[in-house]
Amino acid sequence: MIVKIEARLNRDRPVWRRAAGVRAVLTLMIGGTVLAACGSTSPATSAPSATPTPVCTGTTANPGYSNGLATVSGQATTLSGAGSTFVAPMMSVWTKAYATANSVQVAYQSVGSGAGIAQLQANTVDFGDSDAFMKDSDIAKAKGPVVQIPLVQAPVVVAYNLPGVASGLKLDGDTIGKIFSGGITVWNDPAIKALNPAITLPSTPIAVAHRSDGSGTTAIFTDFMTQTSPAWVTALGGSTTSVGKTVAWPVGIGGKGNEGVSAVISQTPGGIGYIELDYAIAQHQTYADVKNKAGNFVEPCEQTAANATVGITSYPSDLRVDIVNQSSNAQAYPITGLTWALVYQNQTKAATAAALVNFFSWVLTKGQDLTGSVNYTPLGPTLQALCIAQLKKITVNGTPVSP
Amino acid sequence: MPSPAGVGGGIAASTVRVAPTLLKRGRPRFADRIFGTSVSVMGGIVLVVIVGMVVFLVLEGLPAMQHYGFFSFITASRWTPSTAFPNVSHPNPYGILQFIYGTMLTSIIGMIIAVPLAVGAALVITEVAPQRVKGPLSGLVDLLAAVPSVVYGFWGIFALIPAIKPVVDFLTTTLGTVPVIGVAFQGPFFGVSYFSAGLVLAIMILPIIAAVCREVFRSTPRNEKEAALALGATRWEMIRIAVLPRARSGIVGASLLGLGRALGETIAVTMVIGNAVLHINGSIFSQGATMSSVIANEFTEATEPFHLSALFVVGFWLLIVALVVNIVARLVVHRGVAL
Repeated sequence: MIVKIEARLNRDRPVWRRAAGVRAVLTLMIGGTVLAACGSTSPATSAPSATPTPVCTGTTANPGYSNGLATVSGQATTLSGAGSTFVAPMMSVWTKAYATANSVQVAYQSVGSGAGIAQLQANTVDFGDSDAFMKDSDIAKAKGPVVQIPLVQAPVVVAYNLPGVASGLKLDGDTIGKIFSGGITVWNDPAIKALNPAITLPSTPIAVAHRSDGSGTTAIFTDFMTQTSPAWVTALGGSTTSVGKTVAWPVGIGGKGNEGVSAVISQTPGGIGYIELDYAIAQHQTYADVKNKAGNFVEPCEQTAANATVGITSYPSDLRVDIVNQSSNAQAYPITGLTWALVYQNQTKAATAAALVNFFSWVLTKGQDLTGSVNYTPLGPTLQALCIAQLKKITVNGTPVSP
Repeated sequence: MPSPAGVGGGIAASTVRVAPTLLKRGRPRFADRIFGTSVSVMGGIVLVVIVGMVVFLVLEGLPAMQHYGFFSFITASRWTPSTAFPNVSHPNPYGILQFIYGTMLTSIIGMIIAVPLAVGAALVITEVAPQRVKGPLSGLVDLLAAVPSVVYGFWGIFALIPAIKPVVDFLTTTLGTVPVIGVAFQGPFFGVSYFSAGLVLAIMILPIIAAVCREVFRSTPRNEKEAALALGATRWEMIRIAVLPRARSGIVGASLLGLGRALGETIAVTMVIGNAVLHINGSIFSQGATMSSVIANEFTEATEPFHLSALFVVGFWLLIVALVVNIVARLVVHRGVAL
């Protein structure tokens, strides 16, 4: 277990190992579903009919976007970025592939969204990355207007450790909010039972695990609870304080980083917490199907996270958009968030500006095909086209980098 | 053997001749000056760094201190950065009393466990163990000090917590139901807690305390020990009469050095304490946070108004607590103050 966690801490894990983890867990999940079906005395062959969300099986086609900007010449050979730990596994895959394909080294420091914003404001990096877009007050502290470009979307899963209960426990927003605010304290609470009539739930006390460090993952998760759970909002003293990168958790155990929360869940029978899908899969966690806006309980995976932007047709021009629980698609996983690259709109060095535009143009086109290897989800076509348009806003001392 | 003897003889014979030559050349005085200056500079740099650190902490903490008031941090015990607003100064959302409590409680639990163990280990090493076991034993205890604290954290999560869970579950269902004192032992126990952090700290500070105690016990005059034995004392009586009374201030000093380390320990504690920052939890089996753990957890994403500044205030108070402990330790060790 220790070795596993340490391996997890090493973000530079080769892609093939991540892929192997996915396969292992997919097998595990399918096994779990079959077992659950067997519990209700139906033969294993009828399992598919009992599986509510066949949408997560199989692989999705790569988007294969080809609308990238023409390569700008005279680019710098190095770029530095800093920010979100949420996007770090994805960024690691991108930077490696990009260095191989274009011999441009992108050094990304996984220091946290807040630190990413701070470093951009101090102008010590070429780009920042945050899981919550920069607010006007953040931009006011920066050295000029900032272009914010969504790069990828990813689901946050509600993982739990209940011996004997496989993945696929059904939870809705209000129940999740009550669990995380201390209103529901045992697993066989009537509210959880009502959502899962077929599952025998133990009387184990619920051990809530949350992030102890400020995190974009927390921002996405608390955003979901704030939208769906009045009990959560009340417990946190109103909708302005119930959402954010750090909130005043009324109950629970704080773990540092995704790996910290993951360790708490796997070490504590009765544990529940929120982590990135990639971590949940790597750590062989069981996780819940969450009720979406359309009223369906949806399993988190690449496909259902992709559905989270289906049906959203209008975006604000600065792309500062909240996609959590917005889509009314029947198979959209509701706790899905975006991560934004942050770049100064007006660059002072032509070489850096060219490298930035080339890199993000690549990330938004070819880079979107690499998301599956780390269980992230490519942007939908509408949003992706707007992101490319956003890149065109970048200028060098007033003149556009990409005409 | 022959060559040193030869050199020694040569020096002895030419002592009178060499000394005036050295003085005449005047080199040593110049070298002395260089040496003196460079050492002073190095010493000065250390002082500047320490003073600079305090000034830095105060300067960075100043915005929050000015906004909320100097003492409002240690009189409040709710840490809720999400409720901080730039134009509201009361109540202070950055109360740190619960962190001071967490730091103190975990350190005290650590001390209660570590001091008897360390004194015992030091006595075994100096007085009880057979000669050939003493060396390896002493080395093993020192080895504990070389284990990185992040490893202690892992060990705490994956080995210690599962091991103590049955015992603690038993305690919470028995001791935890006793009126009045039961509050301090209530469950449910989820593994990470003040108590787990205290246990990990105990193992971490044990080698420091044991090493200092070992040297203190070794300095007991041999004739006093022999006198005690000659008067018919058993080995335990000899330790009680001759060794321990002399060592009392040394043991206290060693313990305070251990306490100093326990107060500031960060990563291992962060990993096993549960990081509940909201308020003081009464039970030692519940989750909490310490001053250093909250800094480690929050500084990367401290984006709320005055958040970062408030973390510097936490650092400032941690420094004050550590400073007080160190001063007391010094007084005890050097002046032999018996507590």
